[in-house]
Amino acid sequence: MSTSTLTQTAQHDPVITFDDVRIGFAEGEILQGVGFSVQDRETLILLGETGTGKTLALKLAAGLLRPSQGAVHVLGQEVSRMNEKALLDFRRRVGFVFQEGALFDSMTVADNVAYRLYEDKVPEEEIEGRVRETLRFVELERTFDMLPSELSGGMRRRVSIARALINQPPIVLYDSPTAGLDPITAQTIISLILRLRDVYGVTAMLATHRLQDGLALANYRFDPETKYVVKASHNGVASANGPVTRFLVLRHGGVYFEGGPEEILNARDPYLQRFLV
Amino acid sequence: MADTSPPISTGALKVEEPVLDTRQVITTVFKDWVSGVQDYSLMAFRALANIPTRPFYGKDLVQQMDDIGVGSLPIVLLSGFFIGAVMVLQTGAQFTRFGQTALTGQVVSLALVRELGPALSGLLVAGRCASGIASELGSMQVTEQVDAMRAMGTDPYRKLVTPRVLASIAMTPLLCALMDFIGLIGGCVSAVFSLRLNVVEFWTRAIKILEFPDIMQGMMKPFVFGFILATVGCYKGLTVRGGTQGVGRATTQAVVVASVMIIVADTFLTKIALFLADKVF
Repeated sequence: MSTSTLTQTAQHDPVITFDDVRIGFAEGEILQGVGFSVQDRETLILLGETGTGKTLALKLAAGLLRPSQGAVHVLGQEVSRMNEKALLDFRRRVGFVFQEGALFDSMTVADNVAYRLYEDKVPEEEIEGRVRETLRFVELERTFDMLPSELSGGMRRRVSIARALINQPPIVLYDSPTAGLDPITAQTIISLILRLRDVYGVTAMLATHRLQDGLALANYRFDPETKYVVKASHNGVASANGPVTRFLVLRHGGVYFEGGPEEILNARDPYLQRFLV
Repeated sequence: MADTSPPISTGALKVEEPVLDTRQVITTVFKDWVSGVQDYSLMAFRALANIPTRPFYGKDLVQQMDDIGVGSLPIVLLSGFFIGAVMVLQTGAQFTRFGQTALTGQVVSLALVRELGPALSGLLVAGRCASGIASELGSMQVTEQVDAMRAMGTDPYRKLVTPRVLASIAMTPLLCALMDFIGLIGGCVSAVFSLRLNVVEFWTRAIKILEFPDIMQGMMKPFVFGFILATVGCYKGLTVRGGTQGVGRATTQAVVVASVMIIVADTFLTKIALFLADKVF
């Protein structure tokens, strides 16, 4: 697996752009004209209560849903106008980590992680090496032959992350990766996301209820030399060439807040302050 | 909202539902029904349209053929044997009154090959496989495995639906043929022991009465029944809503809808087959 460095110059064109996006179901419109963008190697933390459309935003970015109005551009392509066949090819360039892992329960961990490689007709002899390497990255090589039902919740999320990164996508979308996990396991998952960002330089959108997940991504970085997670900034004041983490709060179908970690931490808005508790 | 893959449910969001009057309820139910028929037709069309194009999931096809074909063999054989036997008991009792018990083989053979074999094998396989397919795909749907598949660039119709539909179309006629055969064996055993008929006489009459239109009629139906039971199972599974409770509901609905559709289709297929037998063959 090739690694990329953090010092590489970021492109100016956004990797993901939402332009006046609307989507809803028969019961009502959930996103009512949402617009934002995510730059290359940036991590956008989507915060909001349940039902505010965080997962919908991720699924729109992955082309799993089509907006009723507006446009979604990802990697220079207008995802919202692509047909299903074009979307299938496009989605191979986007990793998606589902809330509960969404592992194929009738396949072993190895087959789950290797799924995309089998689909791409990668030679068998190459697959095992790549799967082991990826499982080693998430520190779960020992689960190679196990079934998802034999894993804990946290392990399933880590396998899901391994499955999403097996073909080194430039974008990874995380749907509440720490939801329902104990603090220590949640920390392990966040460390893994940090490593993924800092080792492979992925652009990410992360939906969560927990502000501390976003702050951890903003304040820490993975040092590839020492192989430790180290403090990168204090209260969101990151170094000039460090990875950028931004926050976007969804409320009442629109963007309620958009800004950096320092701004959300210092916000006087009572609603935003509820996320700090 | 437009899902990029319409027949697959995307999971409902909890929003307070408005109170509807009777007219609105009827309109909504009718719209849902029309939408369901449309989605089902689209899914069935896509399942067939995927066959000649790549990628083709051969391993999945073989696995499904094993599951649907070999897996259904015990119930089809066991039921077939006793259906043949009970038919001989019922018809033999009537023929005995006229002293024509020798005709039993002919009647049982015609009834089995033309009607009972296809219909009952279709219903039995529907009971076993439509429910199995619906619960399997339904569980995958509620645990986001279908979405995960799409997120990884795999067309779920191609991977999940097409192999099941193809396997069912291929295996149901074979199961029907076996059911016909084992039904005649059951009938023969019953005829020998209850009517004291000669084995050779039973088989000779049973085979001789069959003509090409009879066999055509009997073997044409299971292809359609196989298609119905697999597509209904897949559709119900992929449109599950409401978690595990929804999976249970979809499983029941799959069996009921597939069985009713098989019986309705049987009527029309019989009419077509009789027309063809009369005008063409």
